[in-house]
Amino acid sequence: MLKLSFHDGLLRIEGSLVASDIPSLHSELETALKSKDSFNIDLSGLTGIDSAGVAFLEELTLKAAQKGALIIHPPSAEIQSVMNTFRSLDLPVPEPRPKPGFLESAGENLLIRLDGFKKAIITASEVVWWSIIGIFDRSGQRKYSVVQQGLILGFNAMPIIALMSFIIGFILSLQAAVQLRIYGANIFLADLLAITMVREMGPLITAILVAGRSGSAIASEIASMNVSEELDALRMMALDPVRFVVVPKFHAITLVMPVLVLLAIIAGEIGGAVIAFGYLDLSVSTFLSRSFNILTLKDLIITFTKSTVFAWLIVIIGAHYGFQTTGGAEGVGKATTASVVSSIFAIVIADSLFSLLYL
Amino acid sequence: MKNSEPIISVRGLEARYGEKVVFSDIDLDIFPGQLTVILGSSGCGKTTMLKAITRLVEPTKGSVKFWGEEITQMDENRFQNVLKQVGMLFQGGALLNSLNVFENIAIPLELHTHLSPTLIERIIRVKLSLVKLDNVMHLMPSELSGGMKKRVALARAIVLDPKILFCDEPSAGIDPLTSSHLDELLLELKRKLNMTIVVVTHELASIHRIADRIIFLENGQLIFQGDLAAAKQARIPSIDTFFRSGRYD
Repeated sequence: MLKLSFHDGLLRIEGSLVASDIPSLHSELETALKSKDSFNIDLSGLTGIDSAGVAFLEELTLKAAQKGALIIHPPSAEIQSVMNTFRSLDLPVPEPRPKPGFLESAGENLLIRLDGFKKAIITASEVVWWSIIGIFDRSGQRKYSVVQQGLILGFNAMPIIALMSFIIGFILSLQAAVQLRIYGANIFLADLLAITMVREMGPLITAILVAGRSGSAIASEIASMNVSEELDALRMMALDPVRFVVVPKFHAITLVMPVLVLLAIIAGEIGGAVIAFGYLDLSVSTFLSRSFNILTLKDLIITFTKSTVFAWLIVIIGAHYGFQTTGGAEGVGKATTASVVSSIFAIVIADSLFSLLYL
Repeated sequence: MKNSEPIISVRGLEARYGEKVVFSDIDLDIFPGQLTVILGSSGCGKTTMLKAITRLVEPTKGSVKFWGEEITQMDENRFQNVLKQVGMLFQGGALLNSLNVFENIAIPLELHTHLSPTLIERIIRVKLSLVKLDNVMHLMPSELSGGMKKRVALARAIVLDPKILFCDEPSAGIDPLTSSHLDELLLELKRKLNMTIVVVTHELASIHRIADRIIFLENGQLIFQGDLAAAKQARIPSIDTFFRSGRYD
């Protein structure tokens, strides 16, 4: 049991001075330190001490020394030995890191981003180069890795893409149907839905879902491999990480993305058909014929071209953030988040550029 | 060499990963103020045993008592109070990468004590100086070498002056000089603070320097516990091989 008393100019600390008891000492201590008279300290009654107790005594003696206080009764040799072990008075106080000014940090950020952009360009060129080479020369890749990646990136994504597209097709049609019915223009629902799903919503929904689902998986997988030195191990086995890890994903996503977009378009059309048949009383033949007639070959070419470009952006951006990861588990999380945000941003920018082709 | 009652008493302990039994029927005692070394081949379950004793891995059978109190069935609040008196140095350090060195070490002090920031800062400087690290308080773990991470992790493990300290491979990834210094530090903590220390290590030199008692595991079974001299005279082939070759695995 710790006891601190202050009588006749003597501050006496008795018992065991440990972390849990220190906060309770403040009132007695303040009385001693505020006293006008000088006082001395008696530690002979100490029976135990821990590192927090030693730190507390050092603070106390520093403050008391300003009033000319001295330790007149030292503690036992055993306590003194512990105090010597945990003594901090001779240790250097580390200086805090200097904080950069606004311009300095803004400039540094700009340089970091420029460097990141340069590295992204390098990663993109490596991925594209080795993917072209990889069509003819499959050395440096594991057997069936493209099939395996195709299943992971494509087949497993089918249910969620189909469901989301169906719901979006349903909602779009419902919103449009209410307005079209007012003007007796029910038949135009098929045109509207076909153009919207094929030109925009199909590729865009698919790309955003693939970026969130597969792009994040690509970034986190490569980032984890990076921080756990697996990529270094590949390099030491004379294997190029881009060829071994990224190229199979690039080939797989190039093959499966158009299939996923086609699935999204069909599911969206079915979602819209529910409204067309159930609410606007359109016939199946009218719905189908108007849907096919409104579309042109140009629509299909642009749609499947841009969906392939979206797929490449997702893989390249995921790989870039994965390769740049540092700092363990936290770095992996940051890379994954950054890859998803950047992929979606890049997809929207690319989509707006493709829209210019319809002018 | 035994001091009174065991501080940790393990009876019939078994741990599994799925269907795989890592170890079973482990009976062992850790005595207060002693430094106990756990030895065994790679994969024999030494780390899992430390984790089972501290409930990081829930044991599938058996009893673990700290200060005579059964902890395997203890409710979380009471077990938290037990853990406040226990420190653990993990094999890879297990520093939180999002916090700097100071913040990593400060976590137990800030969350388990009501000490002022000045005292916390002073205690952290002392603990860093004990593990021979200067000027690293503001660095992030990613800026430290493997050995430095290990030493920061040890500083964090001892920041509350625990009564029991578990160290999983403290010498792994550390140069011999630092390793020898860590051994001295462990001995000092044992001697001056009467700390009970349990160390998993393969380093023969370290074992000779620090071990009061050794525990040998083989194929998930405990084959020996006792002092170093007794281990050498026990005429158990795998133990003889270890001390003759300096390696076990």
